[in-house]
Amino acid sequence: MAHQVESERLVSVFAYPMPYEWSIGLYGSKFFQEIKQNRRFVGIRCNGCGKVYVPPRRVCGPCFQELAELVALSDTGVITAFSVVNYPFIDPNTGARRPIPYTYGYIKLDGADNIFSHIINETDLSKIKVGMKVRAIFKDTAEMQGNIQDIKYFDIVA
Amino acid sequence: MDNAAIVGVAQTKYERRKKDQILADLVFDVTRAALDDAGLAIGDIDSVVTVSNDFFDGRTISGMAVGDAAGGEDKNISTVSGDGAFGAFYGLMRVLSGYKATIVVAHYKGSEGSVPITTNGMFDPIFHRHLGIDAISAAALQADAYMARFGIREEDVAQVSVKNHGNAKNNPYAQLPMDITVADVMKSRKIAEPLKLLDCCPISDGAAAIIIANEEIAARTKKKPVWVKGVAHCCEEYFLGDRRLSDPVALQDAARRAYAMAGITDPMAEIDVAEVLEPFSYMEPLWLEGLGFCKPGEGAHLIEKGITTMGGRLPVNPSGGALSANPILVAGLARLIEATLQVRGEAGDRQVKNAATALAHGFNGPCGQSHCVWIMGGKK
Ligand SMILES: [Zn+2]
Repeated sequence: MAHQVESERLVSVFAYPMPYEWSIGLYGSKFFQEIKQNRRFVGIRCNGCGKVYVPPRRVCGPCFQELAELVALSDTGVITAFSVVNYPFIDPNTGARRPIPYTYGYIKLDGADNIFSHIINETDLSKIKVGMKVRAIFKDTAEMQGNIQDIKYFDIVA
Repeated sequence: MDNAAIVGVAQTKYERRKKDQILADLVFDVTRAALDDAGLAIGDIDSVVTVSNDFFDGRTISGMAVGDAAGGEDKNISTVSGDGAFGAFYGLMRVLSGYKATIVVAHYKGSEGSVPITTNGMFDPIFHRHLGIDAISAAALQADAYMARFGIREEDVAQVSVKNHGNAKNNPYAQLPMDITVADVMKSRKIAEPLKLLDCCPISDGAAAIIIANEEIAARTKKKPVWVKGVAHCCEEYFLGDRRLSDPVALQDAARRAYAMAGITDPMAEIDVAEVLEPFSYMEPLWLEGLGFCKPGEGAHLIEKGITTMGGRLPVNPSGGALSANPILVAGLARLIEATLQVRGEAGDRQVKNAATALAHGFNGPCGQSHCVWIMGGKK
């Protein structure tokens, strides 16, 4: 057998996930708390360039400046891009598979200068267009867990 | 080699869990603090190196997440894994290749992932990972190989833990300043023979940054520039079984080349203080052997004779070393920062008198697969 070079090629399988526990930080925490308490979004304004970022963070990259002025936003915005996704998505936290198709949206929240990403509750291409107005649909407050899924999705309103 | 200097440094305090801060917060804080230390503005920086690792950060292409916080807007950012000493090496290369000033920022939160799982992830997934080997059990094998070969006793290496935790009392950034005795180390919980709890580093969170600059920038910084006199790194085999664990040949090679560049022929006589990366107590004497401060097998005598203690001929790890705080991706950069502070004369209560030449050492990979050696001096 020592000279036999042809044989089945094997694989080494790992199925156990790597767990993580990431800090959310001050402004990330405020973002989720604002959703739970007031069912709206909060951004942060840069005093250097005036840009309002959502979700809020500590630093404006272009200005390299500390941000501190939180700005209350509403729960509405405008679709700037979207994609109806037709392959399954496995939630890395729960392992649950999201039904397909679903629509991933690139949404400019009213009052913000950057773009927020979330799910849009419409998969019929004849009913969704860039420029449409959307509104966030939140979970019931009692069910909120302080994470991005406290927002169920955005509904098209106009 | 053209002259290049470290002109700004910053560290966070190292702690078990920095729950209130995300990685970008830590990076933003040390980036600004290093700029303040240098008396430079972000506009003076033209190159950014971040030290990140995907398994540790739990994020694919992890370096991209901290670019804004590192002042990387409109700049050239690269990421180097490892312990920060290698990121600094790459930062130096950038300055030597024409950038004026590179900021090197390292961050690590051991509290956010599973250290056994992420360090098990260093090993080969076909032959080794299933066995459960990780940073600690691999170190235990190396400790046993080293101690058996030279007849070193557990009490001998326990002295390193006593010294370094004691030194940490003088370092406001250290996580575990402690007054302990050899007996305390010996009776601490068995982790993996021959390593006991107090022979092992803690899990740590923290960040650090340095600014490496060319002569033009170094001529106008706030603090005295600390010059790179010599530096080299070297790597050996990946599989532990392909190496002789008691014989750190990569370190010997890196040291030899760094000394040659710095014009050092007798390291014990010419180096005033050393910061070496020792997440496990036995590593300090083993690395001191590799660095040529003594013959193989004699590293433990250095501490016994008081040579490596504060006030000795060659104080080693005045900061308390990695035994007193081991933010893995930051720990080598912290050694380089400590060496820089020593040469500046700004090391506070841990200052070694008249430290004109300092050695900093970092390593990457289990049991020191690759090593990086820096010689820093106050004169160009
Ligand atoms: Zn701005």
